[in-house]
Formats: sequence, C-alpha cells, structure tokens
Amino acid sequence: MEKTREKMIRLLEEGVVSGILALRRSSDHAVPYFFNSPASLKDWVADEADRYPITKVIVQIAKKHPDDVLGIVVRGCEERSLIELFKNHQLRPEKVKLIGIVCSEELAGRCRCEKPFPTQAEEGEPAKAVENFSDIAEVESLPEEERFRYWMKEFGKCIKCYGCRNICPACFCPTCTLEDPLLIKPGGMPPEIPLFHLHKAFHMADRCIDCGLCEEVCPMGIPVRRLYRKVRRTVKDLFGYAPGEDKDLKGPLEFLGDGSYELPEAGR
Amino acid sequence: MLSFETVVTTCTYCGCGCGLLLEVLDGQVVGTLPQKDHPVSRGSLCIKGWNAHQFIYDQGRLKKPLLRREGSLMETSWEEALNRVVSDLRRIKEENGPDSIAGLTSAKCTNEENYLFQKWMRAVVGTNNVDHCARL
Repeated sequence: MEKTREKMIRLLEEGVVSGILALRRSSDHAVPYFFNSPASLKDWVADEADRYPITKVIVQIAKKHPDDVLGIVVRGCEERSLIELFKNHQLRPEKVKLIGIVCSEELAGRCRCEKPFPTQAEEGEPAKAVENFSDIAEVESLPEEERFRYWMKEFGKCIKCYGCRNICPACFCPTCTLEDPLLIKPGGMPPEIPLFHLHKAFHMADRCIDCGLCEEVCPMGIPVRRLYRKVRRTVKDLFGYAPGEDKDLKGPLEFLGDGSYELPEAGR
Repeated sequence: MLSFETVVTTCTYCGCGCGLLLEVLDGQVVGTLPQKDHPVSRGSLCIKGWNAHQFIYDQGRLKKPLLRREGSLMETSWEEALNRVVSDLRRIKEENGPDSIAGLTSAKCTNEENYLFQKWMRAVVGTNNVDHCARL
C-alpha cells in the first residue's frame, strides 16, 4: 500500500485536503480516524478484517466543517455510498477527495461483492466481481406461505436497536420513518412486524448499495441484507437502475410520480 | 484545527460489556459505533449501546458528591463526602456489628472493581453482605 500512502502524504503536504478519513491501528484495533498530518499516516492501515461506516462519519464531519476539503480512503462499496450521498445532497462532491483501494478476493468473497473495487485506485489488482444470489434464490424457492412465515420468524427476533439504520451509509434522514408513531406503532418488542422492516426495505429500494453492514451489525442475526438485495434487484429489473453506480442518474423513487416514467404493467 | 478520532471503550449500560467506539469530533463526543472486533459483542450493540454517548453532556449528570444537609442534597467536596462515609460506617459497625451493613455494587463496574468491592466488604467492613444491581 506504499503508493496509496505516498498519495495520501502528497495530498496532505500540498494542502489539497484538511485531512484524510481512514482506518488507524490503535492499540491493536483498526478504527476510523482523521489523519491530518503526513507523520500521523504511519499508523494508517487498510485493514480488511472489519469495515466501518466511514462515509457516514464523513457526512458528520462535513456538516460541521462545510468549507474544508476532506479526504477519504474508500473501497468499492464506500465509493458507491458516497455517490448516493452526493446525489442526495448530503455531501458536496467538490469538498470530498477520494483515495481508492481495492479489496482482496477473500474480502470480495466474504462480502459477496458485485464490485469490490472503486473507480480509481493507486495500486493492486481489482478482485473479480462476485455474482452470487443464492441467498435470494433460496428464499424465492419457498412456497409463498412458507416464505411469509420465514420472514415473520426472522423479523420477530428484532430487538429494535436501530443498528441496521444507524450503520447504513445510505440512511441520512433527520426524521426517520422508523420512529414515526403514525406509521409504526411505538412501544413493545418486537417492533410492529413486518411493517418496520418493510418500511426500511422500501426506503432502501433505490439507495441500497449492498455493502452488507446492516446484516453484520444485527445483534439478532436477521438476514436484512437478503431483503434489501431482493428489493435492489427488483428496482434493477423494473427500472434498469442500480444505486451507487452512475452519479448523474436519478433514483426511480425521485422521479416516480412526476409523469416521466410509466411503471411496466401499471394499473393492472 | 479539525480533528476526528474514535476511542475504543466498553459500554457502561450493563454487565455484558459490549465494545464500542466513541466518535470524537473537535474534542466533543458526537456519536457511538459498535466495535467490530470485540470478542463479546462482535460488532453489534443494543439500542442503549448505540446511544451510549448521549449522557456525557447531559445537564442532569451528577459530577460532584452530594451531602444531605438539613433535609436537602448539597454539593460537597470528595474529601468531606468520603470522611462522612467513613465516620458513619465506623459508627454503625461499632454500635450494631458489621452484619448491619450491606454493600451493593454494580454490573456496570469492571470485574476488578467488583472484586475489590467484595474484598473490601469482607476484609475491612467484616461482612458477607455483598450483592449487586443485577440481582436487586
């Protein structure tokens, strides 16, 4: 990762960025940190063991420091989430400087990642895309009633920690539907199912970049990513749209209803 | 100068001891993230853990010892508060014996703190009346 480190040093020395958000080795843990001097970069690591929602962190930093240009080291999934954040006006593209790194075959496999590399990287061979949708196929093969039972059983485990929302790099609304008492009845455990999870899935439809952090963070092991992957695929089939890919393309939920698009088989 | 770091620490809400990262922006704690490589919580948190940073700047947070004077609680120094605890415990022990005293510690404390507390109750106060909040 020497070329990447050199680039980071150059960006800091030339004052292009105020600092660079990445992972730092700190007492044996690789955790998010904002490097603001070339010397501090000696502790930078491109750790593959654990991923953190760093693009969510940078939104928080940018809100407080809107005039600073912020550097960020991104993998493929993190770049995709930045594209969504740019599109949804949570970050200004001219105020963010991306430093891309590629993922290993091992990490790409573990994440079932369809694009385990960013648009640009300083070094390393991009790993092959993993196109494995056996998780969706497995549920789809069940008869409808059984499939419903499967999801209700999974949703029933929910302890309403909001972890899937909190860690999601595509979730940014200041007022969250999941906490709206008019839409989802408050109190009680599990939360109102399946509404709680379906609301999130619907909101993810044209935003989910399939990073899988939600499923990793779930203390109850609910396969939420499987649900969002299904919704993501439905959007792709219907509109040919995949979130996080094209920064100039609008999400279908943004233009649906303005008359410019007719839903296939609408009104049936 | 803009600064952001995350501090690896342990959730104080219950005895599970989940690992979390406190997000510190310009010296202020602004958020919590789950610690992904923690052997107990393995990157997950409950709703309390996710909000573990929120009490830090709470106005109602107790930062100094309080002593009841003429029926109302007043702020005092640690010196005075500890002296009062020592003199009262000593008096109660002399008047009614060590078993008239019980100690309740907390699941939120570390193993080491709980160990020290029971040791202190047994060896210094002289009673086996020790328990903690998770069994109240």
